Amino acid sequence: MPETLNAVREGDALRLVFPARLDSRAAAELWRPAHREAARGVRLVLDARSVERLDTGGAALLQSLDRAGVELRPPAAEGPRSALERFRAGLAKQPAPRAPTPAPPAVQRLGAATLGAATGLGERARFLGEALLGGVAALARPAKFRWAETLRHLDEAGTRAFPLCILLGTLIGVILAFQSSVPMRQFGAEIFIPQLVGISLSRELGPLMAGVILAGRTGSAYAAELGTMRVNEEVDALSIMGLDPMGWLVLPRLIAATLVMPVLALVMTMTGIAGMALVMAGLGYQWPAVASQLQQWMSVSDMAGGVAKAAVFGAAIGLIGCRAGLSAGRGPRAVGDAATAAVVGGIVALVLLDGLFAVMFFRLGW
Amino acid sequence: MTAEPAIAARDVAMRFGARTLFEGVSFEVRRGEVFVILGGSGCGKSTLLKLLIGLLEPSAGTICVLGEAWPGLEGEARRSLLRRIGVMWQSGALLGSLSLAENVMLPVEAHTALPAEARRMVAESKLGLVGLGDAAGLLPAEISGGMMKRAGIARAMALDPEILFLDEPSAGLDPITSAGLDELMLSLARETGTTFVVVTHELASILAIGDRCIMLDKQARGVIAEGDPRRLRDDSTHPVVRAFFRREPLAEGVA
Repeated sequence: MPETLNAVREGDALRLVFPARLDSRAAAELWRPAHREAARGVRLVLDARSVERLDTGGAALLQSLDRAGVELRPPAAEGPRSALERFRAGLAKQPAPRAPTPAPPAVQRLGAATLGAATGLGERARFLGEALLGGVAALARPAKFRWAETLRHLDEAGTRAFPLCILLGTLIGVILAFQSSVPMRQFGAEIFIPQLVGISLSRELGPLMAGVILAGRTGSAYAAELGTMRVNEEVDALSIMGLDPMGWLVLPRLIAATLVMPVLALVMTMTGIAGMALVMAGLGYQWPAVASQLQQWMSVSDMAGGVAKAAVFGAAIGLIGCRAGLSAGRGPRAVGDAATAAVVGGIVALVLLDGLFAVMFFRLGW
Repeated sequence: MTAEPAIAARDVAMRFGARTLFEGVSFEVRRGEVFVILGGSGCGKSTLLKLLIGLLEPSAGTICVLGEAWPGLEGEARRSLLRRIGVMWQSGALLGSLSLAENVMLPVEAHTALPAEARRMVAESKLGLVGLGDAAGLLPAEISGGMMKRAGIARAMALDPEILFLDEPSAGLDPITSAGLDELMLSLARETGTTFVVVTHELASILAIGDRCIMLDKQARGVIAEGDPRRLRDDSTHPVVRAFFRREPLAEGVA
């Protein structure tokens, strides 16, 4: 049964008579009509004397109408009257709303953003320095270092990533060889495909793709794991117990990430070459021909350069993942933000470092 | 006040695999009383609470809440029963991405058609009642653990539930806030007839607000005492109950 609101004219005043049951459902129905009546601009009397059931929603309706100059006749019954009083008691503890602080001028915001960026850069540098010092300290006392933990991380980041690397490496080798075969065929130069695919995989694509896999699989996991530990105050507990979070948490992960990356890059390169060989076989070139091409054109330094690059990529990704986790804020959203920052930061660092290596190798004539 | 109990549990048992947490637990919670579930750590208090609010299904036995049996309750019937109960979780369980006021508004939005202004007023009033009026706009990450707990109570009260379930409401609160909370519970119970089911360890709180209590025990795997906590304190002969109320370690070889 819908509840109704009676509006009664009394001289110059308008008396709103509320129904006996004024609960949230009734209040939701009566909200608009009541406020429409109240907006007429006449003197208002809120007559709630016959209200017998009043809940918080009903009390909110009465309270929202009760402005200066409005007369409220409270419920006659004890229950609803105390409900209304309790509702008001809660509201009475509200402070006056604060005026919103005006937005600072653009110059000030620019300055603050620049300072923030500089501070962030400084913090990253400090984190790097702390990690290096932690590494030196661990070298001085190798018995204290968590070897078992490092092995676990090597397994998580390395062996468990092999299937993915093998799958992606093979596919990339197949795709590269197949795509390049189309233009090469026009010049009858298909025999050079092994050289093209082999060099691009060993120098560039192998380390790069392995880095993307590490950032997505492991960097994000580091950030989420350490971020959750931070939220649960486990990191604080460690440092209070006298265990350096850097040596205890970061170094095993950092070492694992640095060590697995060359291996993952090699796996990518090898499986990529295998994929390429498959396509070459399809084009009518048997393995001896492919192998002699590779031997003729690829050198160990191609391989070594790629592997060295991969180790640096791994260290950067591990460091960025750990930092993102350890600097996470509080709350569940912070962990998600840390994981995102780890993946995005890791991939950006990967590409930047790759650019640096390209310039360096070019200058050195490698 | 109706004669029908707020909660009736009969022969409830809970087993996890081969491990029996408790069995043969039967009790009734009367309307408008403050009912306390006591017991040492690991005896299944929180599990019992989850059974009472329908989150877990008992391995055996039945649980009726406000005349409805939990297991098998679905759809609209379940929804309307959920509207009539409120739960405060041990650590508040506030949604981290919403401000305190928005957290309290959530159940109001889910279950009523009240306009936004009304929802905001309800949230502000409830937060004011637990002493958080000036923190309505803050995020859960910006407040202390005790404040989260109080905000959790405000959210549980948002729909004026007939039964309020509180898991450890006063743990981690200072004595003054804790006493204020006890007073709030008592006044709600006396004035609005709200039924309270409280899991707590706080002796002062148990004696101040508890009308009746049951005590679970890990060794006995069930209820070892039931009744008025003040009488249990004075008259019980059970060694575990005596040790609990006197805050003594359990003597060797007992229980």
